[in-house]
Amino acid sequence: MVRLLDLVLNGRKRIDAAPDNLLLLDYLREVAGLTGTKTGCDGGECGACTVLVDDKPTLSCLTLAVSIRGCRIDTVESLGENGGLSAVQRGFHEKLGSQCGYCTPGFVMASVGLLRRNPSPSEAEIIEALGSNICRCTGYVKIIEAVRHAAQLNVAGIAP
Amino acid sequence: MNEVLPAHSIGEYVPMVDGPEKVSGRAKYTADFIAPGMLAARIYRSPYSHGDIVNVDISEALKLPGVKTIVTGADCDHGFGVLPIARDERPLARDRVRYRGEPVAAVAAVDDATAREAIRLIKLRVRELPAYYSSQAALASDAIALHEKKKGNIERDVLFELGSVEDGFAEADLVREETYHCPEVCQNQMETHAALAEWDPVRGRMTVHASTQVPYYVHLMLSQILDLEMSRIRVIKPYVGGGFGCRTETLNVELIAALLARKCSGTVRLVVNREETFITHRGRPETDIRLKIGMKKDGRITAVECECHQRGGAHSGYGVVTILYAGSMLYAIYDLHNVKYLGKRVLTNTPPCGAFRGHGTVDVRFAFESLLDLLAAELEIDPFSVRRVNALSAPTFTDNDLMVNSYGLPECLDWVEQKSGWRARRGKLPRGKGLGMACSHYISGASKPVNWTGEPHATVKIKVDFDGSVVVLSGAAEIGQGSSTILVQSVAEVLGLDISRIRIVTGDSDVVPKDNGSYSSRVTFMVGNAAIDAAQNLKRLLINAAARKLDAKAEDIECLGELYRAGAQDKGATFDEVVVEALKDVGTITVTGNYSTIPESHGGKKYRGAAIGGTMGYSYSAQVVEVSVDEETGIVTIDKVWVAHDCGRALNRLTVEGQVQGSVWMGMGQAMSEETGYHDGLLVTGNMLDYRVPTIRDSPPIEVGIIESNDPHGPFGAKEAGEGSLAAFLPALTNAVADAIGVRFNNLPVTPDRVYEAIAKRRRAQARSDGSKTSANGRG
Repeated sequence: MVRLLDLVLNGRKRIDAAPDNLLLLDYLREVAGLTGTKTGCDGGECGACTVLVDDKPTLSCLTLAVSIRGCRIDTVESLGENGGLSAVQRGFHEKLGSQCGYCTPGFVMASVGLLRRNPSPSEAEIIEALGSNICRCTGYVKIIEAVRHAAQLNVAGIAP
Repeated sequence: MNEVLPAHSIGEYVPMVDGPEKVSGRAKYTADFIAPGMLAARIYRSPYSHGDIVNVDISEALKLPGVKTIVTGADCDHGFGVLPIARDERPLARDRVRYRGEPVAAVAAVDDATAREAIRLIKLRVRELPAYYSSQAALASDAIALHEKKKGNIERDVLFELGSVEDGFAEADLVREETYHCPEVCQNQMETHAALAEWDPVRGRMTVHASTQVPYYVHLMLSQILDLEMSRIRVIKPYVGGGFGCRTETLNVELIAALLARKCSGTVRLVVNREETFITHRGRPETDIRLKIGMKKDGRITAVECECHQRGGAHSGYGVVTILYAGSMLYAIYDLHNVKYLGKRVLTNTPPCGAFRGHGTVDVRFAFESLLDLLAAELEIDPFSVRRVNALSAPTFTDNDLMVNSYGLPECLDWVEQKSGWRARRGKLPRGKGLGMACSHYISGASKPVNWTGEPHATVKIKVDFDGSVVVLSGAAEIGQGSSTILVQSVAEVLGLDISRIRIVTGDSDVVPKDNGSYSSRVTFMVGNAAIDAAQNLKRLLINAAARKLDAKAEDIECLGELYRAGAQDKGATFDEVVVEALKDVGTITVTGNYSTIPESHGGKKYRGAAIGGTMGYSYSAQVVEVSVDEETGIVTIDKVWVAHDCGRALNRLTVEGQVQGSVWMGMGQAMSEETGYHDGLLVTGNMLDYRVPTIRDSPPIEVGIIESNDPHGPFGAKEAGEGSLAAFLPALTNAVADAIGVRFNNLPVTPDRVYEAIAKRRRAQARSDGSKTSANGRG
């Protein structure tokens, strides 16, 4: 069955027709054209598709689009003001938290979710928040540095 | 007065030039190209491990509304493969299937759901054949050959003896022999394989976007498979989500997409899922090693005998090269004489293996460094001393004719020994804690290209135009390792310009010069040198233009990057003004830079395949790993890793650190948890839960020391940084576990169940011997 899906996507109201079995991930990529959100596995294993649903990091590959009607969805494309990089984006860029970049949108959104609820996370809290995202390039060392750097930028006034 | 100085970035911490695209989601990977009207593709894969194909029935599937076309083995008359001597693989199986999951047919349909439904309607009939899932089974005398031309299922037999191992072992004070087993592991890069193929029926041209490390090889194979002139093909390599070697050869994914697109005269996107990406494989083969080393009391190695069997999978791929690397790279790290190597690459009914990061060298290095540790312990020599006493002295040539010019291993050893507090702490840690160390090395690009054409090994173009823009054009495949950043930095450094002035275009065969690709850690060395050459050629042109403009002699012109002047008192001309002058009469400038390796680096001829292992420069790595072993659960925790890597010169300290950390960590995955599993040839670990990649919770701090040995041929003295540190982690870990609990693990990975079992076994043995002691005492 097809239903109307109304939501706030990256700050804009939007209404689409969505079949019941459409995944949020496929809605974002194939319907809304927001390909920043990535598919890395066959369901719930890697975290590359992480987006924020009402500020909560959520795996869009395990979420039916119709289940988030009326919600606020933020993807990696929503970050940064006036085209600049957000604190988390700068952290990942400047500290090399991103190499091939494929897992990066998922890590970035999980980190944004963390900093929105906890602006000064400890290392243990960073590790906890990123525990379900897999990166195959960095060994995670520079990802932890990236989030720390982002937290400092955030405290200095740059939105996560 | 503000003095104008040339800008420098070499040796600094420089974020990647394409970083902003990656962190903002603007970077487009192959699956992100959504073309209007494109078709969705799916592959029908063999449910049989081995069988002669009787019939592929696609009639029902073709009737399904929405199905546009189906291709099978009948649609392609040619084989493909990365090595010109071994092109035995088909994009879609023809006549025979050789592993479970081998592509047999593919569908292009209006949407993914229709393509999936069509796959369900395809019927394959085969006459089943016996299947072999281990090297041993495939080598059995009564085994039938997977490939007619490969008798006994041996892809390649390698045998060499340089010096005399008999004499060497006779000379030794201690000889030990052990066997080692390393299971198959997979790159499991984050982006699953994808291709977008567009056939232009009006012009008879094919455009393919592919997630590849080797766009040129894809170009070659598309031409062969499609029977199409290369000039009618365009290959685009967009952003690529990692490779680690599985994309260093053309994969069936891009070939199948192209076959479909041409057959239906349309645009086809084929994105395979994670399980299929595992099945497409090209990982590191399951390897069995028998290793024997002889040693003098002072630690000097007198002889080495190594036998290595690799389970290669159903097709050749890089197999011949992999089994040769495993032998040749015994050398070039220590001063070895009297070495015998027996290698067998075996064809089996499992997905084809390939060139996983550290190609061919990793499992043998694990065995070698483990056995060194064992010998050192028995002779009561410190593990560091054993490495030092066997060090090479560069420059030198090894017994198998490998050229070693720069050798920073001794400095690597010093760094990790000091930083880890080895001398003060080793042997003094509490129960269950341990320290282990090991070394490894790797090539900076294979000196001889796979496809010999007579062209330079690398070519870079730089375009300079009316707007003062400097655009680097390179075919080098940026796959996340930072090659584009290194090329921009290299050009900027020669010209004295800030890197923000330089742009780079890569990955489109219509625009950029051909490049052999991103494999064997060749890009920084080969393409970096070509970029420097191009920039120097450009600088010469600009200096001549400045001389004309300033009415001075070229040799008097000083280049300060943004300013060219004739002497310190001269006001000079800005870079933009010099460019305007340079363009007069000739228009847009395009300069070329080339690089070719020297013949001395091409390896020797002492045995068949002795060129494999030859390179312009070897990187070196030493590591110390600290572990805690929980004897109640068998869980091993890596507390800390210290790694020192000799990369000649760090062109970019940030990306060198990132590459070294990434390779150490990937070695950790192989050592601790990663392993593919099959049940009757069916892959049962085709996801990231059963194939256990370490998460952030499992991963230790990795402290990197950069050692700069300044290679005489390297670009600004640099060598590779992306592979050489992987292998040392494995033995450093098992040596640390041995230090912690006194048990040596010769079989990987070191999982909690194996550790627990080993501890329990030792306890039982101890209890038995205590028991017998007690009863003996009782009698007394």
